[in-house]
Amino acid sequence: MSTPTPSTNPLLRAWYDKETRSIIVQIIAAALILSFFAYIINNAVVNLAAIGKDISFNFLWQNASYDINQHLIEYSSTSNHFTAMIVGLINTLLVAAAGIVLATMLGFMLGVMRLSNNWLTQKIAYVYIEYVRNVPVLLHILLLHGLIINALPRPKGSYNFGDTFFLNNRGFQMPSPEFQSLFWIVGAFVVAGIAFAWWFSRHAQKVQDETGKAYPVAMINIAAIVLLPFAVYFVLGSPIEWDVPALKGFNFKGGIVVRPEFIALWLALSFYTAAFIGEIVRAGIVAINHGQTEAAQALGISNSRTLKLVVIPQALRVIIPPLTSQYLNLAKNSSLALAIGYMDIVATIGGISLNQTGREMECMLIVMAIYLAISLLISTVMNWYNNRIQLVER
Amino acid sequence: MKLINKVLTGVALTAMTATAAQASTLEDVRAADELKCIVTTGLAGFAAPDANGRWEGFDADFCRAVAAAVLGDGDKVQFVPTTGKTRFTMLNSGEGDILFRNTTETLSRDADLKLSFLPVNFYDGQGFMVPASLGVSSATELDGASVCIQTGTTTELNLADYFRTNGISYEPVPIETNEEGFTNYVAGRCDVYTTDASGLASTRAKFDDPTQHVVLPEIISKEPLGGAVRHGDDEWFDIGKWVVNALINAEEMGVTQANAMNLAANVGNNPSINRLVGSEGNMGEMLGLDAKWAARAIAQGGNYGEIYERNVGPNTPLQIERGLNALWNKGGVLYAAPIR
Repeated sequence: MSTPTPSTNPLLRAWYDKETRSIIVQIIAAALILSFFAYIINNAVVNLAAIGKDISFNFLWQNASYDINQHLIEYSSTSNHFTAMIVGLINTLLVAAAGIVLATMLGFMLGVMRLSNNWLTQKIAYVYIEYVRNVPVLLHILLLHGLIINALPRPKGSYNFGDTFFLNNRGFQMPSPEFQSLFWIVGAFVVAGIAFAWWFSRHAQKVQDETGKAYPVAMINIAAIVLLPFAVYFVLGSPIEWDVPALKGFNFKGGIVVRPEFIALWLALSFYTAAFIGEIVRAGIVAINHGQTEAAQALGISNSRTLKLVVIPQALRVIIPPLTSQYLNLAKNSSLALAIGYMDIVATIGGISLNQTGREMECMLIVMAIYLAISLLISTVMNWYNNRIQLVER
Repeated sequence: MKLINKVLTGVALTAMTATAAQASTLEDVRAADELKCIVTTGLAGFAAPDANGRWEGFDADFCRAVAAAVLGDGDKVQFVPTTGKTRFTMLNSGEGDILFRNTTETLSRDADLKLSFLPVNFYDGQGFMVPASLGVSSATELDGASVCIQTGTTTELNLADYFRTNGISYEPVPIETNEEGFTNYVAGRCDVYTTDASGLASTRAKFDDPTQHVVLPEIISKEPLGGAVRHGDDEWFDIGKWVVNALINAEEMGVTQANAMNLAANVGNNPSINRLVGSEGNMGEMLGLDAKWAARAIAQGGNYGEIYERNVGPNTPLQIERGLNALWNKGGVLYAAPIR
């Protein structure tokens, strides 16, 4: 063993000091990282300038000149690129939100099935999860899209559900509501019903805490939110007119159409992510000591209430953080929409607008900023929820 | 210190390669001894790999002609397949030296996308194809139809304009490649497939029974297709431009794949031919090439007429008549500037 001889050189002395050294290393690392980014940004600017291109976002206010099949807001080929971007953004959010809802429901179901005592149920979930999560999601999307456009009939031979709903390879056609002037009264009743339900749940809880008396909360709330508005709806003489789709020429006219591209993307993303969520849910439930279940049963609490009051609240703490990652994955995977021509944010501003205007740098920056914003939003919401369900230590 | 020196040299070298891309394209191509030519991902008759993986077609032959003129060997081409969306980015970022990808010349592409268009080598127009069973005879009967359309193309914009002008509705079904469009059309996801008439002919030729599909009479746009290079290298642009002109002039003067090299070896009586094949004058030198540049380009795949007949003409599955693409003195509009 040899100890380093204390040096008289102040630089070397500083290097041998642990704290100073760590500061020096950090400064060097930061300088390297900054110069790397400075270099690539400079490189982009120089090369763009060399071919005579500047960076400008003015193109957003020019006419887009192309049509988009699925637009939830007013859009035509005379709208500008900015509107096209918003249409794409809404389409991305729509498929991401619908995907998150379906994936969560399927995932929880799969997680519970995996833990079932029933051999068949358990194996079905097992095989599903192992197959789905080991095949790339892009293949699921292409497979589903191929199945829908090839296996379903063309518009003339549509599957007809009571002359109201139609299913064919152009999508699922359904009636769209056209609200008449009196409909606002029904809407007001729904809002009032929700407000009442919120108050009533808290009130019932309070009464139960104080007296032990339990109201049939769910029944009463459903009546307030659903049944009463329905009654009002009929009393007012059904103030909604339904625009029923009908086959005219090549396609159905009227109503709402859910296109094959949306269905394929939505289902594929949901099925795929559900497999991961299933495993997360299973892990969360298994993480709760079985002794707690036994204790609850020993107290005579029923199985379903044990799950609801003892296991799930604790399992959620384990489930939520990885679940957030899955939601983020799903939202970002929705950009695979490109493969089947679903007009999401990548296909509109990051695809057609980019190509027609030649503004690659600007469009890519916009798309990246939007995905970043969506992901941060999801993270924020999930972190808030995670904090809310954390164990409150007294 | 030695390590630091190495790192610094490395950084300096990377910085230099970034600027080297700005040097002359001709020098780059010569240094690589290979022409990177941007083509489509596959459009039979224009550019598509054959059973042996060799790229064949009208556009591919133009790539080879340029390679033959510049590098002396028409096989020194690296084909860079691109979709309608990626082609210009690939060209501008230097992933390709020249582009022959059935691309329409437009003002915005020239001025805003910073491309320089070579002379038009194929006059085209956008058309519609529908299954014969639909019984449609005109594009104005297409109200409410689902239309498959390649994104990132001028056809996409023409389509929107055409339907808007005629006040009829449609559902655009966006697709990335011709192949994908074919799949969607066959599956019946769309009623109509629209692209340049030449592309329709190419797609129609792929059906087991092409007579089951009709191309509607309406041509809704002008699509002058031509090669393109990046802005800012005029010498390279000139080479591309005059290779195309040379192939068209060759047809006019009767210089063919078979006789080009013979004509180049002997000084003949026709000074125009002599200048073209390089037995007289110093045309090649002016372009920064050698005297036989055009002779090699013609000997590679033949003159314009031969390239046309072999890839897309009436005797090919595409069966496209010369029409506008005939020489100016044979009823068409091909009129190449003289080589002198």
